[in-house]
Amino acid sequence: MKTYRFILIFATICSTLLFIQCKDADDNGNVIDNVSCTDGIQNGSETGVDCGGPSCEACATGLVFTGTYTQEDQMGRPAINTVFGTVGMKDAFNVTIPSDMRAAFQANFETNLFILNPAYTTNAIGLDATAFTTVLSNDVLWVAETGITTYFNGTEILTGRALTDDVIDVSLLLIFGGPAGIDNPTLVSDFVSENDATFSTSFPYLANAF
Amino acid sequence: MKKTKIFAAIGGLVLAVLSVVLIAADHIDAPEISGTSTDIADFYAFQGEDPNNLVFVVNVQGILAPGVPTEQAVFDENVLLEINIDNNNDLIEDKVIQIIKRNDPATMEDSMYFFGPVAVQSSQTGLNSTIDTANLSGSVKISTTTDIQTSTANGMMFFAGPREDPFFFDFARYNEILNGATTGFNNPGTDSFAGTNVLSIVVEVPKALLGSGTVGANPLAPTTPVYGVWVEAKRKQ
Repeated sequence: MKTYRFILIFATICSTLLFIQCKDADDNGNVIDNVSCTDGIQNGSETGVDCGGPSCEACATGLVFTGTYTQEDQMGRPAINTVFGTVGMKDAFNVTIPSDMRAAFQANFETNLFILNPAYTTNAIGLDATAFTTVLSNDVLWVAETGITTYFNGTEILTGRALTDDVIDVSLLLIFGGPAGIDNPTLVSDFVSENDATFSTSFPYLANAF
Repeated sequence: MKKTKIFAAIGGLVLAVLSVVLIAADHIDAPEISGTSTDIADFYAFQGEDPNNLVFVVNVQGILAPGVPTEQAVFDENVLLEINIDNNNDLIEDKVIQIIKRNDPATMEDSMYFFGPVAVQSSQTGLNSTIDTANLSGSVKISTTTDIQTSTANGMMFFAGPREDPFFFDFARYNEILNGATTGFNNPGTDSFAGTNVLSIVVEVPKALLGSGTVGANPLAPTTPVYGVWVEAKRKQ
């Protein structure tokens, strides 16, 4: 009887112990990455404590980012400096901050617009030469916070720049196409309407290198 | 007659620019920087696969032929690329994303480091920048043509490496028109950039990290909140 009771107690203790989970705080690199970035241990694919690898923040240990960096080039909208800039002006344009650009370059842009298209009056978005070159000389790319982002898709106008946008045709149309977009039919398109490689719908979107 | 002469005059000027080797596009850039490592080839901004995100693409060193020229093209660690975001339509940057290459001492791999998007002090805007080292958002090993690397951190996604050049344009024919050698484009045209590569940085950012745009900044989209964005290439002094 006494033995049986001891067996019973022993069995009870053992089965109770089975239900006690020991919290293993020492992961030994066995946890998956997305729970380890804040555990104070270098584990998973981290290259430092809670940093590095594909999932955690970058490690900055040992890296030097000091110094002053001075502008040499910039870009907002496609081909603006190329098409509307002229020799002697292009270099200055690259080191002019956008808020100073209109005062510095709008008049030059308007002169160059009339050199490209002496018959320019207005274009398909209703801008005369001064208004058009004013928009262009403030060389920032507009991108919408909401909705479709495209240079032009037939409906949206200048709400971004997607990889598939034919920005050349848009630009040529606005320069040469006149008010209805039908003037100068051999100048309003370069008849290259798409990229040679197909883009991906997922990050990083651009096609693999040849 | 007059038009041809004028085109020829422009053509002469343009040819003078082009005779300096490489193109950028903005792909065809100004003489002082054309072909250098601060030469920006292209810039894109568009909504991501996740519509809560925006994607920025900065391309440098375009017209890379496949093979050795692509394999040997490298980002310059003395060049800071900076994506500028104007929230309030005053054409002055309110936030920046700063991007620069370093060799990661932990892995001995060339990597691209991304800082921000972070607010810029009004005294810090413009042509000169220091890197905001307190706001490192992420990094990614620089890819090759065969080793494709991406990384994710803080809701952002990062890529840096060679990509097929997404730009398409019959640039050869455009020059002939400017020269007065011909009066219009061919149909069909020939993509002068087909078959070429470019060094590309792609960063996808939650819009929530960019702040708000301004409604009416784009008069052609009068009810849409719009950011003004641009990219700068800055050389270490």
